[in-house]
Amino acid sequence: MSAAAGTVSLGPVRGIRRAKDTGFTVFLWTCAVLALVPLTWIAFYVMSKGIGALSWNFFTKVPAGPLNPEQGGIVQSFIGTGLIVGIATVIAVPLGILSGIYLAEYGKGRTASAIRLVAYVLLSTPSIVAGAFIWALVVVALGNFSALAGGLSLVVLMWPIVAIASEAVLRLVPQELREGALALGLPRWKAIVRVVMPTAGAGLLTAVMLAVARALGETAPILLTALGNDYVNTDIRAPTDAVPLRVYDYARTPVEALHSIAWGGALVLLVAVLFLAISARILSTRQQKRIA
Amino acid sequence: MSEPTVVLGAGAPARVRRSRVIDRGFRGTTLVVGLGLIALLALMLVELTTGAWRTFDAFGLRFFIGTSWNPVSGREDFGALPFIFGSLVTSGVAIVIGVPIAVGLALLLNQVRGSIANPLTVFVDILAAIPSVVYGLWALFVLKPILDSSVEPFLIATLGKVPLIGALFRGKAQGPDLFTAGVILAIMILPIVTAVSREVIAVVPRDLREAALALGATRYESVRLAVLPYARSGIIGASMLGLGRALGETIAVSLVVGNTPRIGWSLMQPGATIPSWIASSFREATSVGLHRSALLALAVTLVIVAFVLAALSRLLVRRTSDLVGGSAADEVVTEGIYPRAG
Repeated sequence: MSAAAGTVSLGPVRGIRRAKDTGFTVFLWTCAVLALVPLTWIAFYVMSKGIGALSWNFFTKVPAGPLNPEQGGIVQSFIGTGLIVGIATVIAVPLGILSGIYLAEYGKGRTASAIRLVAYVLLSTPSIVAGAFIWALVVVALGNFSALAGGLSLVVLMWPIVAIASEAVLRLVPQELREGALALGLPRWKAIVRVVMPTAGAGLLTAVMLAVARALGETAPILLTALGNDYVNTDIRAPTDAVPLRVYDYARTPVEALHSIAWGGALVLLVAVLFLAISARILSTRQQKRIA
Repeated sequence: MSEPTVVLGAGAPARVRRSRVIDRGFRGTTLVVGLGLIALLALMLVELTTGAWRTFDAFGLRFFIGTSWNPVSGREDFGALPFIFGSLVTSGVAIVIGVPIAVGLALLLNQVRGSIANPLTVFVDILAAIPSVVYGLWALFVLKPILDSSVEPFLIATLGKVPLIGALFRGKAQGPDLFTAGVILAIMILPIVTAVSREVIAVVPRDLREAALALGATRYESVRLAVLPYARSGIIGASMLGLGRALGETIAVSLVVGNTPRIGWSLMQPGATIPSWIASSFREATSVGLHRSALLALAVTLVIVAFVLAALSRLLVRRTSDLVGGSAADEVVTEGIYPRAG
């Protein structure tokens, strides 16, 4: 669009023009290398470091004392993550899908665009802010850190993700299917529940998986709300550990043996999150092919 | 005309009426839940601002320009400037390093079609899902030692001697510093900035590039003349999205930045960012009113910056698609759905 466009003389491609072009190609490939090396490095480094930490104790024991830290495990973190992410999923998924249904099936006009805008705003909220919000609202009010508060802080992050993603997949369902269902005399809600949602099925699952993948790896909001602890806890009103929290804590200690456990925790997180992200992508590609 | 409706209604009275009630109830439920998102945002803003009110009331604008942070009872003084400074500097470094690389990669992914580009695209997208604590662990135990032992001494020895910008590279290479935090942030925002830039570049009509090539332009010229002018605002939008992520990042930064409130020229010195400071001091603040309120005021500051950036980003990405007459904006913003660092 700018005026800079007019000034190139298109003579034979040699000299300075050729040099610039070659330089540009080199620049692009350099960027690719600079971008991909650290990212690949992280993934493989975590795998190689983490695999050594995975043991029976790692998955079944709580942290051991300071005398033999390497004997300990982080079972309380796995149970805690399950509890916190479980609470968040149970609350956020129905809310998210219902909001998605409203946006895709009923939403027109100002109300819908306001809701959509707010969902994007929430999506861009830094996760520590969600943590601080629930910290002020729930932790301070109830007087203690808890798995419930942790789950609620993740709801703030997951709800808009599920809403926006499920709106997107519901919109992919061809209009003819809805019209057909309505023409056969199905009421609107039944057409949505029996025809539109099953058609979008795998896509909705994708939306949920993306949200869970996000929630699994979150550290900051859990830190401010669930705090963490050293023993197995299943009471949702008590402080609760989580895998990312444990990795963060152990990274900051000077104890070598705990660093190794931190790598193990990071590996488990990475594998779980990548598994969800990759399956979500495969499912959604397949889904798009099926509908199109 | 009214007769058939009457017959229909009379034909299946109870069932139809019940079904109509359910229908309305279902629509109502989805609407209420959808409005719940608005309520959630409102509740969050209200909760944070009322929580922060004591601080704004006590310190006013001084909160944003004050440089001391003292939660000791009776001598409380809360100034956010060192944290605003730390956040801006680390994110700035992240943008300066990360954006050119991300845009370069995005251009490449658009140029090389087919067998390499597609898996690469998927690969980059998936890397966006790596949790921030994993980046943090790697940054602390792998990146930081490398930067400390080779990159930072090199920068101090070379750029440190240059007038003006040299001030940025003075000090010792060892220890936590703003530079390391900036570098890990650059790596963390690469996937998202690449993904969004790739999308905005992809909506530039191919005809334009092909026309430039047909007129004898080299590849570089075709990009400069036919791609970048259209994609520019979208790329700026992508960078702002990256900036928003960098500003909100907590865990990875707090592992390498040192969490020392400080303002100064050198990037080789420790610092603290708004999120890293909230994460490191919320424990003590939980039961202390004014301290807690000061942390919530920090959160409010972060929210304001993040929302402004997100709005600008959306606007700019949208401008690109308006420019080329496409409707890429909505597809582009859904990139934001991919799990991001936190």
